[in-house]
Amino acid sequence: MPADAASPAAIYDDRAVLEETWRPPAGLMGVLSAVNHKLVARRFVVTTMVFFLLGGLLALLMRWQLRRPENTFIGPDLYNQLFTMHGSTMMFLFAVPIMQALGLYVVPLMIGTRNIALPRLNAFGYWVFLVGGVFLYVSFLLNMGPDAGWFNYVPLSGPEFSPGHRIDTWAQLVNFTEIAALVGGIELIVTIFKLRAPGMSLNRLPLFCWAQLITSFMVIFAMPAVMMASNFLALDRLVATHFFNPAEGGDAILWQHLFWFFGHPEVYIIFIPALGIVSSIVETFTRRPVVGYTAMVLSLVSTGFIGFGLWVHHMFATPIPQMGQSFFTAASMMIAIPSGVQIFCWIATIWLGRPQWKTPFLFVLGFIAIFVLGGLTGVMLASVPLDLQVHDTFFVVAHFHYVLIGGAVFPLMGGLHYWFPKMTGRMLHETLGRWTFTLLFIGFNVTFFPMHLLGIHGMPRRVYTYVPDTGWGPMNALATAGAMIIGFSVLLFLVNAAWALRRGALAGHNPWGAATLEWATSSPPPAYNFHPLPVVEGRSPLWDRSADAPSVIGIRSDCREVLVTRVLDAEPDHKVEMPAPSIWPFVSAMCLGGMFVATLFTPWGFVVGAVVATIPVIIWFWPKESDHAGRAYRHDRSNERAA
Amino acid sequence: MATTRDLDVSGLPNFAFGNRTLLWWATVCLMIIEGMVFAISIVTYVYLRGRQPEWPPNLSAPGLFWGTVNTMIMLASAVPNQITKKYAEKLQLGPTRLWLAVCLLFAAAFLVVRILEYGALNTRWDTNAYGSIVWVLLSLHTVHLLTDFVDSVVLEAVLFYKPTSKRFVDVSENAAYWYFVVLSWIPIYVVIYFGPYLL
Repeated sequence: MPADAASPAAIYDDRAVLEETWRPPAGLMGVLSAVNHKLVARRFVVTTMVFFLLGGLLALLMRWQLRRPENTFIGPDLYNQLFTMHGSTMMFLFAVPIMQALGLYVVPLMIGTRNIALPRLNAFGYWVFLVGGVFLYVSFLLNMGPDAGWFNYVPLSGPEFSPGHRIDTWAQLVNFTEIAALVGGIELIVTIFKLRAPGMSLNRLPLFCWAQLITSFMVIFAMPAVMMASNFLALDRLVATHFFNPAEGGDAILWQHLFWFFGHPEVYIIFIPALGIVSSIVETFTRRPVVGYTAMVLSLVSTGFIGFGLWVHHMFATPIPQMGQSFFTAASMMIAIPSGVQIFCWIATIWLGRPQWKTPFLFVLGFIAIFVLGGLTGVMLASVPLDLQVHDTFFVVAHFHYVLIGGAVFPLMGGLHYWFPKMTGRMLHETLGRWTFTLLFIGFNVTFFPMHLLGIHGMPRRVYTYVPDTGWGPMNALATAGAMIIGFSVLLFLVNAAWALRRGALAGHNPWGAATLEWATSSPPPAYNFHPLPVVEGRSPLWDRSADAPSVIGIRSDCREVLVTRVLDAEPDHKVEMPAPSIWPFVSAMCLGGMFVATLFTPWGFVVGAVVATIPVIIWFWPKESDHAGRAYRHDRSNERAA
Repeated sequence: MATTRDLDVSGLPNFAFGNRTLLWWATVCLMIIEGMVFAISIVTYVYLRGRQPEWPPNLSAPGLFWGTVNTMIMLASAVPNQITKKYAEKLQLGPTRLWLAVCLLFAAAFLVVRILEYGALNTRWDTNAYGSIVWVLLSLHTVHLLTDFVDSVVLEAVLFYKPTSKRFVDVSENAAYWYFVVLSWIPIYVVIYFGPYLL
């Protein structure tokens, strides 16, 4: 039996002690051991933005090649790598992770707690992601960049037609990024369900958190499909299995089913958090709660469900039974309904509110305009005859950029402008922000609108050049000019951010006069987020707060204690001590990375790597003196009885 | 500024069991992810079956004996698993240690029998697509058996080294996860061993 650890007199609700307890450790070890959600999420945001810039540069190179017919700037082999790298970067290394990163930063603040649930897993997820992204770009520089498109269809990507390691790089990238996304999803679900401030019952949960919650569920249901698909492919390539080899009973269409069962929900995994951002911004800049809270939540939930019933519309050009085509056409059109409900709710909110035309709000208006256009071409593409005509043409490229840039990047830019003051303590320059928006809006439409026409005129996607007789030259030149404008607007945003970090006006707690809890604490927030912890009295916590608003008292300051509440009504339930900073998530991520890279070359890389990677995980789990969990179980047992 | 309406939580317990805990919800999410992995593999099996006139193609079906023996061992392991869970939730250190050790014996047994199961598959992973998916199904589950085994060994060691109340919560959640590993085996068992007759 263990001896009871002497329990020191507990200290409650003391700000100085809180500072000491939650302070991130210093030095290099401190950097690698950090588990604070804001620190990790900020790294995540910066890292994903770097990948966004890299993916954007690749796009500019492609546009430069296509600006005129028979251009010789880039050859076909490099062009194949460029569009594959661009798509994979934007989907796996930018769009999904940056939406999660925003959630990892904002959600714990928005629901009034001190850290994300499972903070070490959070750090682990970031490091795995970083290794995966660096691995992809190092491979690209070593001429091992994937070149079979971001959806990597077999048989092109199979061992017969793609020898070498380019495709293996893609398959391992999927493993890296999906692990990061899956652990992020788990953390957000547990945080939103169990760590909400007392009073924040589920029907008072901010729409941004609803969006993050539903997205996280979609992540954990959808991502396993692409991991299995990419691992089947890796096995086919590495140990001669036959999943996709028709000669031995495999099937190429199987790949498409597995990939798109993930790939379509993926679109909503990117898009739904953006809807949450839009709701936050609309609420703040119209000075009133969003109209139709229940309808908004139900729309998000139904989008989450219907999003799983659309995947075959990516496969209308394969031999699908007619019944299947009809079903997936109907489902693809049906998903326009919840999206439409939300658009109308926002328009009603703007109509009934007092709009303030600040930069974040402008991005939301841009989102509504562009996304509606993208949605309309989506309804067009849901129809099988039209889809067959424009399949694999620039019409599809135009459509999904309208949906993804309009539906996700515009809200994201709005969100970055909106939360930048909270993350850094300083305001972005308003005029520069307006210029960023205007140039992005113009540049975007100049780039992508002509692609609709190019597609209808028959220009296939993924060709590195075309002959002058096609007549596609002028429209391509226009698109390239637009891409330059987009590049310039992104540059302007970076200049603005760099300027604001040094010279921006101080933000204070709540520069926008917003309603949600993240604005109740200083900018940037302290490591422990809140002192004291808030109690929520309504759906718009800061607007509904009474004069003698209650707080939570009785949370220990001398250890990383947080309050756990009940799932539905957020009644206080018990308290837990959050894990302290630890180097082992970092070490585990490095070992896992080593395993994935070694598996590129030999199946033994997996076997040996798995054993090596298990060791740091065990050490991570192993109780240590520094973990602060010094209270022996008998002490807790009496505590339990008392309760 | 303290008000009379402040919510004093200092008297609340500092751990709990079951769906009140963070760990329970995280474990459920993990089960969803792994359940999807199994489901997708089973769908792949059925899909590949639909592409073949004969199943298994030019091979004999897997021998039923070792797979059935292992199913019995796994189902039986639910008994010590439940007892372990019960004692952990009562915070009784001695019996928890003892019954977790019994669970480990079961785990060791089904891992050994698992090796024999591979021999009874009557195919290699690179024979054809049928062989590939059968190997993947069995191996995915084997990875779970191994994980659960290592997890339980570490927990048992921690129970001897530093058994705080939090570790009893870990034991309880580990037991819940054990059920998932056992229950997820049943559909995989049916597919691998009876798929050739049923599909």
